[in-house]
Amino acid sequence: MKLLPGGIVKPKTTVANKTGAWRTFIPIYDEDKCKKCGICETFCPEDCISVDENEFRHPDYDFCKGCGICAEECPADAIEMKYEEKE
Amino acid sequence: MINEMQILEGSKAVALTVRSCRVDVISAYPITPQTHIVEDLAQMVANGETDAEYIKVESEFSALSALVGASAAGARTYSSTTSQGLALMFEVLFNASGMRLPIVMTTVNRSLSAPLSIWNDQQDSISVRDAGWIQLYAENNQETSDLLPIAYRVAEDKDILLPAMCCMDGFVLTHTFEPVEIPEQSLVDEFLPSYQPKYVLDPKNPLTFGAYADPSIYMEFRYQQHDAMLKAYEKFEEVAKEFEKVFGRKYDLVEEYKIEDAEIVLISMGSIVGTMKDAVDELRKGGEKVGILKIISYRPFPAEKIYEAIKDAKVVVVLEKDVSVGMEGGLLSDIKSFMYNREDRPPIVGFSVGLGGRDVTIGDIKGLVSKVKRAEAEEFEFLNLRREVL
Repeated sequence: MKLLPGGIVKPKTTVANKTGAWRTFIPIYDEDKCKKCGICETFCPEDCISVDENEFRHPDYDFCKGCGICAEECPADAIEMKYEEKE
Repeated sequence: MINEMQILEGSKAVALTVRSCRVDVISAYPITPQTHIVEDLAQMVANGETDAEYIKVESEFSALSALVGASAAGARTYSSTTSQGLALMFEVLFNASGMRLPIVMTTVNRSLSAPLSIWNDQQDSISVRDAGWIQLYAENNQETSDLLPIAYRVAEDKDILLPAMCCMDGFVLTHTFEPVEIPEQSLVDEFLPSYQPKYVLDPKNPLTFGAYADPSIYMEFRYQQHDAMLKAYEKFEEVAKEFEKVFGRKYDLVEEYKIEDAEIVLISMGSIVGTMKDAVDELRKGGEKVGILKIISYRPFPAEKIYEAIKDAKVVVVLEKDVSVGMEGGLLSDIKSFMYNREDRPPIVGFSVGLGGRDVTIGDIKGLVSKVKRAEAEEFEFLNLRREVL
């Protein structure tokens, strides 16, 4: 894609541009501890947590910036922030 | 077709020319010595003498911000400011150039506080040299007017798309009455057709201007600006030739004055060049081989033209109304910088002159030339400092 001068873009670039690479710590969800309350999904500032057919939550790592709010808010301590090794 | 010569205050000449450029949106905040320009324009709008919208704002920051929006929506836009007002616009200057919006603004040159001074020097516009704006400097009020339509043509060209600043010395030009030819509307229309941008803000076709650029792509945007400014060099020449065909007045990025056989070449920008021409005329009568290179376009920087004009000189003297504190004048640095790698490299010295509105006389210029001839000039110095008060 050629750059238009002036940084002119059409809508939805926030979807096209993956921002997950900003992450230093990655949230790992433990389904054994998860109570399916949905608090992580409510608090996620990126709105990148989805629900599967079993009501478990999954962050979209293409957009999760690793802020750790989900892990901080989880009442069941089911989310662990781990240092993410990068290549 | 006759263009009527009128005796006009510089500010009035600018306002009349802005009107003839069929500007769609004007936004400005009054500040001495720019005030007459925006007062005249406000009156024209109130009297229905132009269809332009005049957006009243509470600061210079808002004035230029309003024009960023208007320009992105496809309007031809105009503002004017000076000194502290330009300083307050600093952030928006970069937004306008980064979004590639061809806003044209008259920068009335005035010194910066502190200490408070409302008088003329060029520290304000030189200090925003790197903001990505085209910068043109006028010697007299015919030039302050003529450079406006030229600026719009260059700025709005699809290969350029950069904002442009037309600089005029505060009071020396803004408040001085001179004979000025304001061209007939039909000629301006012929020279400057309406602005037709390829991309505009439109709710039916949403776009973002100046979107976020992460480190993988930011440099390429800056390069695009740099490349456009380099292209503006030839675009200015091309547009100036068309201007001459329509209006009969000749412009270039630089103007040479009695330079052919000159051993001493004086370089400067703005109204001081008028005084320098009188000084050179007197020096020439006494057999001194002195000439002048006037810089009209500071950005794009006419490096090749300067080189051609000064390579055979015995000494080059840069006079400028600014200083990069602790270093030297900005124009002096720029000229020395690109000359360094050339083979023909005359010595170059520089003077800061007329800061804060200090008058620069014919006698001052002749004294300066005499000092340079006696090889007593330093590489850079302040002209005629009052040592007794220091």
